[in-house]
Order: sequence, then structure tokens, then C-alpha cells
Amino acid sequence: MDLSLPVIHIQSIYPQMILVLFAIIVVILPLFVHNLKRELLALISVVGLVLAYFSLINLWGQNLTGFNGMIVGDNFSIAFSIIFLVGAFLAVLLSLNTVENEYLNYSDFYSMLLFALVGLLMMVSSTNLLVIFIGLEILSISLYVLAGIRKMRVDSIEASLKYFLLGAFATGFLLYGIALLYGASGSIDLVEIGKYIQANGFSGTFILAGAAMLLIGLSFKAAFVPFHMWTPDVYQGAPTPVTAFMSAGVKGAALAVLLRFVWTIAPLSKADWTIAIWIIAFLTMTVGNVVAIAQSNVKRMLAYSSIAHAGYLLVGVLAGSQLGQASIMYYLLVYTMMNLGAFGVISYLGNSNKQENLNLRDYRGLGFKHPFAGLAMAIFMFSLAGVPPTGGFVGKFYLFNSAIQAGYLWLVIFGVMNSVISAYYYLRVVVNLYMHEPEKEVAVPKASLGLSFALLIAMVAVLQMGIMSSSYFEFFRQAVIAMP
Amino acid sequence: MVGELVPILVLLAVAVVIVAGIIGLTHLFGPKHPDPVKLSPYESGMEPVGEARTRFSIRFYIIAMLFVLFDIEVVFFYPWAVVFKKLLSMGSFILIEMLVFVGLLLVGYLYAWKKGALEWD
Repeated sequence: MDLSLPVIHIQSIYPQMILVLFAIIVVILPLFVHNLKRELLALISVVGLVLAYFSLINLWGQNLTGFNGMIVGDNFSIAFSIIFLVGAFLAVLLSLNTVENEYLNYSDFYSMLLFALVGLLMMVSSTNLLVIFIGLEILSISLYVLAGIRKMRVDSIEASLKYFLLGAFATGFLLYGIALLYGASGSIDLVEIGKYIQANGFSGTFILAGAAMLLIGLSFKAAFVPFHMWTPDVYQGAPTPVTAFMSAGVKGAALAVLLRFVWTIAPLSKADWTIAIWIIAFLTMTVGNVVAIAQSNVKRMLAYSSIAHAGYLLVGVLAGSQLGQASIMYYLLVYTMMNLGAFGVISYLGNSNKQENLNLRDYRGLGFKHPFAGLAMAIFMFSLAGVPPTGGFVGKFYLFNSAIQAGYLWLVIFGVMNSVISAYYYLRVVVNLYMHEPEKEVAVPKASLGLSFALLIAMVAVLQMGIMSSSYFEFFRQAVIAMP
Repeated sequence: MVGELVPILVLLAVAVVIVAGIIGLTHLFGPKHPDPVKLSPYESGMEPVGEARTRFSIRFYIIAMLFVLFDIEVVFFYPWAVVFKKLLSMGSFILIEMLVFVGLLLVGYLYAWKKGALEWD
């Protein structure tokens, strides 16, 4: 037996290790020190996030390959990881609000959040399909727990169960796809599979079926139409900070994997599954936006809006260029900011666990009573609708621009039409906030400092990314995957 | 292609013959003193026939999870132990790696213990 140790480069997983360490500290510490305040646990989590951020920055540009090619620390993975860290940071701040008081166990909450983040980081930092799969499982299992963490509430349990059943189903598809690709090419590494396809062409039953199953599995996770059915129920039932984190994080990771897949395995110019992605992108945008109009529950509306945004992001995948990749990252960062911000305002205006003020009618007249939350919500809604000078406008501009350069004029026309549709339901929230008299007295408790801070950060970031977009975009341009 | 499958076919045939032979022979030569308890699938286990959706204590789930924690751990030790000596000569990485693994399991154990999962009441 001939054995040798592979090249490890342990620093390539420092960010993940730091996050695991802090997740363990957060869950173990309260067992020994009683009556810990949740602010302290949140602070410990934030320290972990900051340390992980610096270790990621440290890896920037090094292109480290760790664990014999299992871990790829290229700029692509680091850029996505930073976006996820920002999302988790805002989610921790969101959870500090008084309305979110009902989670029975904060230590579990923060620990699961950090573990989910580890899963996200694992997913984007590998080209090995099994490592990607393990990352996805770490992420999914943590999110199943997080979705149902309000144990005493029926809708939270329902969200958790639905997410678990459909998620497990989707995972099956993904794994079967991986198995088929492995069976056809003899490797579970995307780069190796790519080489096989270069030599033998993107054809053959196993390769095509495997790629299709992989696409289906990822579509479930990213909530592309027609695999979006779970989204509204889960987003509505899960606690607001969890919904916010889920909507940005899971989508981003699924898209990152899809990008890697498209880029290394089946360059779109050589394959004819552009038509499949075209149809999925079109359906996702349209169904998300049209159904969102009919929603009166704000959380459900944002759930359908997140489906629509997944469609916009998919347009960037279809572009199949480095411009498209950078646009996706840019849009994902803006989306993280504005979506977490919007969910933050929902949490801000929420009353108590029993009465969350989730109906649009509850928001009538609140804009003048709570000027800060009203202003924040208005900015996030304008950004989600894509109105300049917000980041949402610039992000959409970059995405559609990359698609036009790749020759997908009609899809872009549909995309812009969808943006117009979406303006109706986004602006309806603003209209309710400012242009209606309140129907009844809606009690809103004082929001926590952490939540206000999160809203301020998100607001400034959304505006800054709209006005000074080029510096962000240049940063993401350095993070694209090199030409194969 | 087909030729490669012949050994599997042979194995299948042998398996069928052996199983059929053993069951047939015991039927022919075995002593028979049947009584209701003996004929039940689990002589000293649970009631084999009845409503499938009976309720049993939720504590069993925690026991099952702890079983996974401690049992799977042992499964991972085996391949590690096989290559341990050889890889130790190339540095202490293999030792540290297993210490990390055991450390993570210990944290899980600690959590279960402090949460009272090890107490039946």
C-alpha cells in the first residue's frame, strides 16, 4: 500500500474553521454560564464573523488550493463568501429586536446561523461535487432547524416541515445528478468532468440527464419556477431574520454553484441548454412578479419578490460571460442589503409574536409615526423595484447589460417589463406607509439599537452602491472565474 | 459486457441454492414443537401484530441520536487506525485530525449531557 499525504494548505479553510469554532462556543457557553444575555451571544457571533472576514480577505488573490483540490480558494469563492458574511451579520443584528423575543433558545439560533454560513462557504469554495453536496447539507439541515425554531408556533413548524420534505426531495435529485455525472465521466470534480466533456462533447444520456438533475436540484434550492412552491409558506412561517438570511444566502450559493457548473462543465456557447435556462429565467421572473401582486401579507409578497429576483439573477448566468458573473455578484450584494433591510423593517414594525403586523393594511400611516423605519422601507422598496439612484437599479442595469451583450435581447425586454410590474406592488407598500390614514391603532414597541443599526447600514450601502457603483463592480470583476 | 456478468449470475445461483437447501432441509428433518409464542417473529420482543401507529416515548429519539453520535464515531476510527502508523511517519497531521474529530464529538456529548439527554426522567 502506497500512501502519501496530499498538500493540505490548512489556511484555505481558516474562515470555515473560525466559524465552526464560534458556533461551538455560542452553543456551549450558555450551558456553563447561566443567564447569559442574548446581546452577548450576538456579540460573540459577530466577533466570529469579523475574524472570518479578515481571514477571507487574507486569502484574496492567493488562489490557494487546499486538501488536494477539494477546496478552491479563488477570488470567486471569496467574493461570494464575503456577501454571505454580510448577510449573516445583518441577520444577527435583526435577531436582536424585541419582537424576535420568542425564540426559546438564542444559543441554538446563533449557532445554527453560523453553521449555515459554514455550509454556504463550503458550497462556494469547491469544484468537487461531493464537497459542494456536503456544504449544501450543512446549510440545509441548519436552515430546517432555524425555520422551525419558534417551537410553539404552528406556522413555524409547518415551514420547517415543508422545507425539510421538499429540501430532502431536491437533495435527492442533486445527488442522483452527481452520481450520473460521475458514472459517465469517472470523476466527481467539475474540472475533470469538464475535461471529459471537452473531449467527448456535451452529449450522451448520462451526462445530459446528470446535468438536468443537477439543474433541478439547484433550482429547488434557489426557488426557480417551477420549483418554487415551498418558498412562500416557508418564508412566511420562518422567523423574520431567518427568512432574510435564507432568501439571500441560499439563492447566492445555488447560483454560485450553477455558475461554476456552467463555466467549467458546459460552457453555454457549446451546449444547447441555454434554452432551458432561458425558459426558467423567464418563468421565474414572470410568475414571481405576477403572483406577488395578489399578496396582502408583506412577508409572502417579499417571498414572491425573491423568486422574481432569482429570475433576474439567472439572466446573468445565461449571459455566460465574465461580465455576467460580476453582475451577479454585484446584484447579489445589493439584494442582500435591500432584502435583509426590508425584512428588518418588517421586524421593526412588528408588534409581538402573536400580532406581527404583517398585513399591508397594518402599515397604513406608519410612515409618519415611525419616520426612520418608513424612510428605510421606502428606500428598500425603491431599490427592489429598481429605481435610481439606488443599488437595485445599477445591479439590474449591469445584469441586463451583460445579457444584451450576449445577444438575449428578448429576455431583457421581458425582464424590464417585469420590473415595471414589480414597481406596482413595491410602491404599494410605500403608498400604504405614507398616503393612507391608519385604520386602527397599531402598537409598535421600541426597536432595539442593533436593528436600527442594521437598517442604517443597509440603507447607506444600498444608496452608496447606487451612486458609487464602479468601485464595487471593479472589485467583483477581479473575482470572476478565469476562462477555462 | 455480458461475459463480465456471469460471476454475478453464478453467485446468485449459489445463494438461491444454499438458502433453499437450508430452509428445505430444516423443514424435512427439524423437530417440530410449535406453540404460539414460538411462532411469533420476536419471541421476547414487542407485540408483532397490531396497530402500526402506536405511540411510544419521544425519549427514544434522543437515545437514537446519541447512538448515532457514539456509534458512527467508531466506524470512522477503523479506516483511520488502519493507515495510522504509516501516515504518522509523515508528520503528526493524522493525529491532530483525529483529535479534532474526537473534540467535535466531545462537544456534542457535552451538549447532550448538559441538556439532560442522558437522564431518563
